[in-house]
Amino acid sequence: MNAIEFAKAVQNGNVSVLEHAHKIVSEIEKKNKKFSHFNSFEKNYVIAQAEQLEKEIKKGKKGKLLGVPISIKDCICVKGIESRAGSKILSGYKPVFDATAVEKAKKEGAIILGKTAQDEFGFGTFSVNTADKIPLNPLDEERSCGGSSGGAAGFTALTENTHLAMAESTGGSIACPASFCGVSSITPTYGLVSRYGLMDYANSLDKIGSMGKTMEEASLLLEVISGKDLKDSTSLDFSWKNVKSTKPKIGLPKELFSVIKDEKLKEIVRKKIDRAEQLGAKIEEVSLPLNTEYGISAYYLIAMTEASTNLAKYCGMRYGFEEKLEGTFNEYFSKVRSSAFGEEAKRRILLGTFARMSGFRDAYYLRAMKARTKLIKEYKTAFKKVDFLAFPAMPVIAPKFSEIKKLSPLQHYQMDLCTVSANLCGFPHATINAGSLKEMPVGLMLVGDHLKDSELVSFASQLEGLK
Amino acid sequence: MILQRSDSMPKPKVDKELLIRVAQNARLNLSKKEIDVFLPQFKAVLESFSKIDSLDVENEEPSFQPLPVKNVFREDKAEKSLTQEEALSNTKHKKDGYFKGPKVVSE
Repeated sequence: MNAIEFAKAVQNGNVSVLEHAHKIVSEIEKKNKKFSHFNSFEKNYVIAQAEQLEKEIKKGKKGKLLGVPISIKDCICVKGIESRAGSKILSGYKPVFDATAVEKAKKEGAIILGKTAQDEFGFGTFSVNTADKIPLNPLDEERSCGGSSGGAAGFTALTENTHLAMAESTGGSIACPASFCGVSSITPTYGLVSRYGLMDYANSLDKIGSMGKTMEEASLLLEVISGKDLKDSTSLDFSWKNVKSTKPKIGLPKELFSVIKDEKLKEIVRKKIDRAEQLGAKIEEVSLPLNTEYGISAYYLIAMTEASTNLAKYCGMRYGFEEKLEGTFNEYFSKVRSSAFGEEAKRRILLGTFARMSGFRDAYYLRAMKARTKLIKEYKTAFKKVDFLAFPAMPVIAPKFSEIKKLSPLQHYQMDLCTVSANLCGFPHATINAGSLKEMPVGLMLVGDHLKDSELVSFASQLEGLK
Repeated sequence: MILQRSDSMPKPKVDKELLIRVAQNARLNLSKKEIDVFLPQFKAVLESFSKIDSLDVENEEPSFQPLPVKNVFREDKAEKSLTQEEALSNTKHKKDGYFKGPKVVSE
């Protein structure tokens, strides 16, 4: 049953919250040993919530997510549940507060399942850069779920029960895994969802979003968690209204299509986009040369620079991984950080620290910030002509782990070709499944102008329904 | 190691000395093996990112956020915050209600 029908059935007394909670708990206990979609999962924690909720429902509690089980990406704080963003350096950390997005979901009656697997702090495209077990793609266990929200997408595809996933994207960490696992996803406009309680990767890029088996379900979760929060000064004063998209103009970015090499993958995506003509949509080519050429460089310079400052706070004091207190401040901090950060985290800390060092800051970080202005302007020009942009979410299908091992760090970063620009510039984007290639899903990405999230989701949902 | 200040992408000589200096700033001790692995990767990534140098940004203002952000002020009043017990609940390095850290001054 989909999440919207499920919440209504719970409200009407036609579905037992506790019974369903037991079903999904059994499923996770049975399957997680193999697929590793969850980093933290405690049966008793889930069942206790379901029991409590049943009591509250009897007293008249209502909610848009009544009894709906939700998985939370490991980097989003859940009170009392180990939350470590896939990193050893936060091992044992149990937040004493909920992230605002989690708090909002709980208020609407959601049941929190546990923490889903990810690349350490979001540093990756395949969920292989982790201190935990690598999550496996349920459609082919030799392949990646994508990253960094790999566990979120993997479990969304795998589960036979009602479930929604709260995920997070900095440069494509929602769109990529959703595409690789064949589920629906939304990454909202930057600031639409409060970042309070989200472990920072890059403050000017991080966005909490949602996944579901359908766009309609993912949209329900986004609607609940969006809105202004006094605890996050970058959150936007926005109240969600369902706006239906009618006869939109769709733009196909020609430079991006020309650099994607897989012709069959492009054909699958193009065929799905063409179906939009049934909705009265007009399809035309648009040009975004600067985003295609400079998106990856500008994105990674900003992301690594901000990450290197954000990760400076992890030092083996106050919370997380600790060693025996020995040596001076610098000796102790260096020892803890050197042993508890993974290889990719160290690489990004080094590159980011370099890019903001005296003498280089203006040339790297500041230049990337100015480049972002130019890339936003290019998008805005395109949005004067068309309502949405459409293209493949990833240039490849989910790769095998044996293929990932052969990639250099630079080749890893280049895999984000399609997703980084919209993330860098804060534009909302949705992904839906467009079809299959070699029996693996191919994702279609749709991008809208700032704050056109509801129109975007409406169009994505309509297109998703067309066979 | 050449350090230069410029608004265009500098071309520093990325060598072992620079990598170790960056690592010290970032409070990371790199093993010899890590230096051997990171050094060529560091060079390749920086060379690739220097592509951004060919983009004319002279007349652009930087976008520190993707959407314009205004100053946000609220009334200055005390609100509920973490208790001392909660703040200390995630560490074993504590004493008399305070966090305990390594020595600030070496003997």
